[in-house]
Amino acid sequence: MKEIWIIARRELNAFFNSLMAYILLIAFLGFSGFFTWISGADVFMVGQANMQSFFGIAYWSLFFFIPAMTMGLLSEETRSGTIELLLTKPINDWQVIIGKFLSTLVLVCIALAFTLPYYITIATLGPLDHGSVWTGYLGLILMSASYIGIGIFASSLSKNQIVAFLVALLIGIFFHIIFGVLAGNFTGFLGGIFTYLNLNTHFESISRGVIDTKDLIYFFSLIALSLILAEIMLTRRRF
Amino acid sequence: MDIIVENLTKIYGTQRAVDNISFKVHTGEVLGFLGPNGAGKTTTMKAITSYLIPNSGDIHVGEFSVMDQPEEVKKRIGYLPENNPLYNDMPVIDYLRFVAQIQGIDKTRITGRLLEMVKLCGLEGEKHKKIGELSKGYRQRVGLAQALIHDPEVLILDEPTAGLDPNQIIEIRDLIKAIGREKTVILSSHILAEVEATCDRILIINKGRIVADGTPENLRKKAQGQEMLKLTIEDASKNEVIKALQKIPGIDWVNPISGTDNRFEVQSRPNVSSRRETFDLCVKNGWVLTEMVVVETKLEDIFHELTMN
Repeated sequence: MKEIWIIARRELNAFFNSLMAYILLIAFLGFSGFFTWISGADVFMVGQANMQSFFGIAYWSLFFFIPAMTMGLLSEETRSGTIELLLTKPINDWQVIIGKFLSTLVLVCIALAFTLPYYITIATLGPLDHGSVWTGYLGLILMSASYIGIGIFASSLSKNQIVAFLVALLIGIFFHIIFGVLAGNFTGFLGGIFTYLNLNTHFESISRGVIDTKDLIYFFSLIALSLILAEIMLTRRRF
Repeated sequence: MDIIVENLTKIYGTQRAVDNISFKVHTGEVLGFLGPNGAGKTTTMKAITSYLIPNSGDIHVGEFSVMDQPEEVKKRIGYLPENNPLYNDMPVIDYLRFVAQIQGIDKTRITGRLLEMVKLCGLEGEKHKKIGELSKGYRQRVGLAQALIHDPEVLILDEPTAGLDPNQIIEIRDLIKAIGREKTVILSSHILAEVEATCDRILIINKGRIVADGTPENLRKKAQGQEMLKLTIEDASKNEVIKALQKIPGIDWVNPISGTDNRFEVQSRPNVSSRRETFDLCVKNGWVLTEMVVVETKLEDIFHELTMN
């Protein structure tokens, strides 16, 4: 556990030292702030005291920002050879992967924490369903964790960061849109499967305020599967 | 802490990078790995650090096997990989602190240990610089510092002096020698003089197999076999000298060195020295012997001979 935290902290420091973290924070807050308050289907247009418009924007912006954060996590280490230095220290592959996973999750949580003033502002505008706001945040965190897992897996596939970024987006887009579209086109058993695979189904149900174990199982198995695949890819290099 | 390598084989695709190698290294020994590029030096070292998993065979570091207890092995090894990969965007001191933490050094001891390493590796002026800004020599020192920080019992150094200037090379060699008195050290190199200067024992590998194993002196003796002399004899005619020398029973053959009138190469028969007889011959004939040099077989020659077939 201590080792995981040491890895995560180093990775977080690297995010902040390379300006990556600041750029992403500013871009995320600017993007979500602009569309929540100023333009499009913003809070004032909807005319209700809820945070659905923010969650909708965050749902999309995180989808694009997370692959940018995860793309270098393993690919840069394999490219520069530092992975060898890391894995010859008394830690195992899992501690490296989970450490890196946590570092990015913490960064996303920091970004989300900066949007709490939105919540406070809207709460002063009218009666707000506080429960659904918190589950909405939970939904965003679970969704981010899933895409971070996918991003780390993509990063384990290639030495090239751009390839890792594109692969992460490619896999992500299936869960983000394509399964949803397919679910609309099929009925019966197949339709059921695509509906279940569609990440939006589970995100919506959580952000409405319902925490169903079915949704939690979905997110946790997606995270576990991608991290297991990343671990397999990392171990494979040693054979 | 002894290292025992038993029947180590590592296959990449169809190529046997390391082919059934076995050897032992004892505590207090500095072992030098020599071999041409692609001979399997780095692969063997990576297997000892448990970074690569061998296809067959086993390696024990002390009582721990790299197959069964890799974490215990890794705790006891300090490793400097080839090309010395480091996190370029990290300041030196932060990086060393990170390594110290990951090696599980006690919190209260970390700062002291960091200062020791910085001093030992001569990084005082550079400790707050980012690693990416350092020159190659200083990078190498950071690589050594991170390998030594947890005071490991075993040191594995893959080309430790690559890219250093001559002064730094001497410093690093002295450092390795000093460390090697109490620890087990394996280092690899292309530079024969370096291995000769730092190592107690040399292992020459070629195409994944061990082709020679011994102290530098032993290896040289083995290859030498026959004594080779270089002579300069003045006040005599060339043919006369050659004829007279060939009559000495201990001499195998005589060869005039081309381009000169009075210089000769003389090879003695195995296990015989013909220096005395040659001197006596010159005295008897009134020739002036101005040069007699025993040609030493260089490690280069042994290396060349063993790895070129």
